[in-house]
Amino acid sequence: MIKAILIFNNHGKPRLSKFYEHYSEDTEQQIIRETFHLVSKRDENVCNFLEGGMLIGGSDNKLIYRHYATLYFVFCVDSSESELGILDLIQVFVETLDKCFENVCELDLIFHVDKVHHILSEMVMGGMVLETNMNEIITHVDAQNKMEKSEAGIAGAPARAVSAVKNMNLPEIPKNINIGDISIKVPNLPSFK
Amino acid sequence: MKEIMVRAIYCEMLGYEASFSYIHAIKLAQQGSAIEKRVGYLAVSLFLNESHDLLLLLVNTVLKDLQSTNLIEVCMALTVVSQLFPKDMIPAILPLVEEKLTNPKEIIRRKAVLALHKFYLIAPNQVQHIHSKFRKALCDKDPGVMTASLHIYLQLIKNPDSYKDLTGSFVAILRQVVGGKLPVDFNYHNVPAPWLQIQLLRILSLLGKDDQSTSELMYEVLDESLRRAEMNHNITYAILYECVKAIYTIYPKSELLEKAAKCIGNFVVSPKINLKYLGLKALTYVVQQDASLALQHQMTIIECLDHSDSIIKRETLEVLFRITNVKNVAVIVEKMLDFLKNVFMEPDILFLLYVGCFPLLSDTYSPNNEWFIQTMNVVFSLGGELMHPDIPNNFLRLLAQGFGSEEEEQQQLRVFAVDSYLTLLESDTAHLPQRFLQVISWALGEFSYLKDGLEPCKVTKLLAKLLDERNVTSESRSWILSAMAKLSAGPGAAALALQVSERYSSSLDTVLRQQALELLHLSQDPELHARFFHLWHVQVDSSLSFLDSFVSEALSQGAAPYKAPHQRQEELRQEKALSLEPYSISLPVSLSSCSITDRQSPTLLSMSSSLSGNSNELKAGSSTLKLEGVKRVWGKEGYLHQQDAVEEAAQVEEAATPALPLSPQQGGAESQQTHGDLTVVEQEKQKLASSLFVGLGSQNSTFLMGKSDSTSQQFRRKTRAADSTSSGVSERSSSSSHSSCSDFLHNNLLEDSQNSLNTQKIGVSNGTHEGPVTQSFQTTSKETSPFLDAGMVLVQPCSPQTELRDFVQPGSSGITQTSLRSQFPPELSQLPHSDISLLSSDHSLSLSACRAYRDDALLFVIILSNCSQSSTNGLSVQLDCKHIFETFSTLIQVEPHTQVTVAGSVSYRAVPGHTQTLQFTDKLFLTDFIRPLTLSTEEYGKLWLSFSQDVRQNLKLIQGEGDPLRATLSALKEQLQLHIVDIIGSEGIVACRLLPDSPCLLHCRIHGGSLAVWLRSPLLSLPDCLLYYCQKTLEEC
Repeated sequence: MIKAILIFNNHGKPRLSKFYEHYSEDTEQQIIRETFHLVSKRDENVCNFLEGGMLIGGSDNKLIYRHYATLYFVFCVDSSESELGILDLIQVFVETLDKCFENVCELDLIFHVDKVHHILSEMVMGGMVLETNMNEIITHVDAQNKMEKSEAGIAGAPARAVSAVKNMNLPEIPKNINIGDISIKVPNLPSFK
Repeated sequence: MKEIMVRAIYCEMLGYEASFSYIHAIKLAQQGSAIEKRVGYLAVSLFLNESHDLLLLLVNTVLKDLQSTNLIEVCMALTVVSQLFPKDMIPAILPLVEEKLTNPKEIIRRKAVLALHKFYLIAPNQVQHIHSKFRKALCDKDPGVMTASLHIYLQLIKNPDSYKDLTGSFVAILRQVVGGKLPVDFNYHNVPAPWLQIQLLRILSLLGKDDQSTSELMYEVLDESLRRAEMNHNITYAILYECVKAIYTIYPKSELLEKAAKCIGNFVVSPKINLKYLGLKALTYVVQQDASLALQHQMTIIECLDHSDSIIKRETLEVLFRITNVKNVAVIVEKMLDFLKNVFMEPDILFLLYVGCFPLLSDTYSPNNEWFIQTMNVVFSLGGELMHPDIPNNFLRLLAQGFGSEEEEQQQLRVFAVDSYLTLLESDTAHLPQRFLQVISWALGEFSYLKDGLEPCKVTKLLAKLLDERNVTSESRSWILSAMAKLSAGPGAAALALQVSERYSSSLDTVLRQQALELLHLSQDPELHARFFHLWHVQVDSSLSFLDSFVSEALSQGAAPYKAPHQRQEELRQEKALSLEPYSISLPVSLSSCSITDRQSPTLLSMSSSLSGNSNELKAGSSTLKLEGVKRVWGKEGYLHQQDAVEEAAQVEEAATPALPLSPQQGGAESQQTHGDLTVVEQEKQKLASSLFVGLGSQNSTFLMGKSDSTSQQFRRKTRAADSTSSGVSERSSSSSHSSCSDFLHNNLLEDSQNSLNTQKIGVSNGTHEGPVTQSFQTTSKETSPFLDAGMVLVQPCSPQTELRDFVQPGSSGITQTSLRSQFPPELSQLPHSDISLLSSDHSLSLSACRAYRDDALLFVIILSNCSQSSTNGLSVQLDCKHIFETFSTLIQVEPHTQVTVAGSVSYRAVPGHTQTLQFTDKLFLTDFIRPLTLSTEEYGKLWLSFSQDVRQNLKLIQGEGDPLRATLSALKEQLQLHIVDIIGSEGIVACRLLPDSPCLLHCRIHGGSLAVWLRSPLLSLPDCLLYYCQKTLEEC
C-alpha cells in the first residue's frame, strides 16, 4: 500500500502532499521535513530507494523517489509494493502531468494544486494503484473537466459569456498579426491608393 | 468559493492551520455544482480523517451521490469513500457500493472494488458475506476490474488456505498476460501490463508457500515469465525480481532455482545502482536457503561494502549478517563498527549490530567472552545517547542472568566486564556517553566482588571520582550512587561513602538527595546492609489478590466495577457514534436490577488479571522444568549437531579456497588498468573474502539471524526448545527409549497445558510387530488425568493382516477411515471427536489426525500406520511447535483467530540408513476451542454487565417449522458447541467459552426478518471470530 505521496522542491517547500493514512497535522509537516532531509542529502548516482524515516514507520516502509529538475517526487510505500514498479509509476505520473500541463514546471503545481490532485486520484485511490495507463488517466480527467464546463453553462451564464467572447476574439487577434494575412493584405494596400 | 477552497488546501499543505474552512468544504461538496463538488470532495479528503466529527455530515452527501445517475458524481463519491469513511457508517453505504459492482461502466466497477477493499481493511467482518462477489470481480471481462480485485486478494491470501482453489485461475491469468493476450493499451514500454504481472507473482508466491502441490501448478508459468522478461527496461527487472522472489518462496524446484540464481547474479553485478540494491536484497532472502550463492558473489559483496551509497552498504551488511557464523563473526562485526564510525550514527543500525552480536554470543559462537565485552564497549561508546534503550537493558540482563551457559563461564564473563570497566574508569572518562556510564556503574556494583583481590574501596573511589565529573547527568549520578550503596559494606568504603553522602545530601535534586541519605545509613549499619541486600528475591503477587476483599466491599457498596482503559475509551466512542439501532437493549436493562451483592463477583471480575498472573508463574515454572528436559534429552543431540556443523564448515572451507583464485580475476580485470599495486589490494580483498565467507555451508540456517530475532531474544530458550520438539519413538518400544521420549514430551506438554493444546499422542501401529499391546503412561504428580498433563505415548503395535492389505492398495482412504477407527484408543473414542482424516501418506507410512474434544482441552491425535510389509525404524514425529506455541499463546489467548495451521513432519527409516520424511499440515479452527459455558440466567446477567464492549451483527434466521429462534439457536448449538442459557419470547441468551477460560456471551433477538446478536467478551476479537463461524454455520443450514 502507498502510505503517502509527497512532492517538494529543492529547498524542501512542499508542493503537493497526499497521505493515505491518517497522521496529525503536525506529524505530516514533520514527515515532509524529515523526508526532505533524508532525500536531499543523497547524491545523484545512488539508488532511488531508502528506508523511511522514523515518523512514517521506520524500516518497514520505503521511500522511493525521483528527482526532476527542481522537484522531488517521493512515494512512501510499505513492503507490499514493488520498488521498481513504483519507480515507474512515478515516471508515469510525471509524464501524465507533462501532457496535461504541456511542459509541466513547478509553477503549474503551485497554481493548479486541485488539478494535480485530480490526476493523482485517478492513478492512486485509497493507497492502491488504480490505473497505470497514461492515456486512460488523461481520458478520465478530461471527461471530468468537460462535464464541469457543461455544467458551468447552467450555473454561470455570465462567466460563460465572458469566456465565449474571449474565445471568439482570441483566434482573431492572432490572425491579424499572422504573417500570412499580412502578406496577402500588404500587396493590396498600394493598389487602393 | 472554489478558488478560496483551493487556496485553503494550499495553506494546509504548507502547514498553516485552516480548520475554519473544513465546514465550508463539506458544504461545498453538499450543495455545489459538479465543479464545486469536485473541489469540495477533494478538500474534504485532504482535510479530514476517519475519526473527525464533521465527517458524519458528509455521509448523506455520499449516499446521494452514489445514487446519482451522473457517472462522474458516482466516481467522485467512490473516490472519497475509499480515502476516508467512518467505520461505523459502513453498513449504511455497503449495499450501494455492492450494487455498483454490476454497473455497466468499467471505471465504476473498478472503483467500487477498491472501495470494498478499503472496507475490508478497516472492518473485515462487515464484508465477509460478499467474498463471492470478489470472485466475480476477478472474473470480470474488463482487465482493469480484475486488476483492482487483485488488491483484495493480495490482502485476503495472507491467510492462504481458503484460496488454494484459485491458484489455477491466477496461473491462467498470468499465462495470458505474459502471452500478450491483453489489449495493446495495457502495454507499458512493450511489456504487457507489468504492474498486473507483479501483483500476480506476489499472489502466487503467497499461495505456493510450503505447499508442494500448489507450487507444481505454477512452475511452468514462472519459467515462462522468467523467459519472456528480457533485460531491457526497468519494469522488466521489476517483474524478474518478483519472479525470483516467488521462486524462492514456493516449494523449491531445482531447475527454476538455478535460473533464479543466475538472475540474481545479473542483478548484483549490474552497473545500475537500483538493480544492485535489489540484487543484494534478493541475496539476503536467498542466503537463508542456500548460502553457497553468497559464495559465488563474494567479491561483489566485498566491493559493495566500500560503495559510496550508504543504503547499498547497509543492505550488504544485512547479507553478511545472514551468513555470520562462528568463524567469521569477528570480521563481520569489525566491518560493522567501521561502518558505524565512518558513515553516520543511525540508531537502528546499532540495534541491528547488537542483535547480531547477541545470539552469536549466547550460542557461544563468539571467539571468547573478552571479545564480546570489548565489542560491546565499542558499541556503547560509539552509540552514545542515540542508542536504543533496549540495548543496555538487554546487555545488563545478559550479564545478570547469563545465557544458559556454564556457571563458570558466566562468572568469567562478568570478571572480564569488571576488569575492562575498571581500566576504562582509570583512564579519561569525560568522553564516555551517559548510558555507558550507567551500564558500567551497575555492573561494578553487582559484580565487582567476583574479582579476587579487588578492594571495594578502590571501586568506590573510582565511582566517587566519576560522581564528581561535571558532565555526568543526575540520572547517571543516581545509578552511581546505588552502585556505591551496594559496595558500601567494606571497611574502607564506609568512610568514603560518608564523605560522598554528606556532599550530596544537600543536593537540589531530590532523588539524589534521597539516595545519598540511603547510602549514608547503609554504610553505617552493616547489619541493615546485609539484610537489605538479601531481600532481592521478593515474591510479588501480581494478581493483587490481597485486594479482593477490598474490591468486593467497595462493589457491594455500589461502586462501579473496574474497566480497563481501552474499554472505557471504547464506551466513550460508542456513545459518541451515531446509533443505527433502536435504543434500548431490553435484556441488560432488566438484568441490571439484580444487585451485585455476591461476594464472588469481584473475583470473577478480576479473573482475567489473576489468570494472566498465574500463567506467568506457570510459564516460569515450566521453563525451568523444560530446561532439565532439554539438557537430558537434547544435550547429546545438540552436541552432535554442533560437531556436524564444524565438520561441514571445514568442508566448505576447503571448497572455498580453490574457488577463490577464480573470482578475483573477474573483479581484478577492471581495476588492473588503474592500479599498479593491484595485487596487494586484491590479496587483501581475497583475505577479507576468505575470512568473511568461511564456514558457509548448508548447515548455516542455524546461524541465521536478522531483524526478526530482536523480539525473540528474551524467549530464546523457549523457542529453541520448541523448534526442536521432536521425539524419537523407537518402534520396538524398548523401555529405555520410551522413558526418554515420554519424559521429553511430558516436559514439553507441561507448557502446552497452559496453551490449551494439550495432548500429543503417538500411536504407532506396525504390521510386523506381533507383541502384545503395550502402553506407557507418564503422569505428573499433581494432576489426575494421564491424558491431559502427561505426554502420553501410546505405542500400540497390532497386526491384523487384513488391514495391511488394505493399506497397500492405492487410494485406500475410504478403508483407512474404518480400520483406523477400530484402532482408536478406547479412552479417546468415548470423547466426541472429529472424523479421522488422512493428512499425508507415502508408500510405507500413512498419517492421519483427528481432533477430540475434551471438556477442558483439545486433543490432537496423530495416528501413524505402517502400510508396508517391512518394519520401520527410527520413527520420529516432529511438530512445528514453535508455530503452535506462538499462535496458541498469542492468538487464542490474546487475540483469537478463526483458524491456525499446524505443521509437522514424520521421519523414519524404512531401509536402514535411509531416512525419509513425510510432511503434513492440518488446520485447527476456532470452533475446536469453543466449549459450552454452563450458566444460570442470573450468572449470565452478572457476567454480561461485567463486560462492557458490544459487537453487534445481524444473522440469518433459519426458517422452518416451529420457532425460528429456537431452530436457529439449536443449529448454532449443534455446530459450535454453545450453551443456550435461556429463551424468553423473541429473545435468547447463549454462552460459550474459549479454552481455557475466556467467556463469550451472546444475546440474540429477532429483529425484523433477521436475528440481531450482541456479543460480549473480555477478549476483543473473540466476538468477531465467533460471528464469522455463526454466519458460516447459518449459511450452510
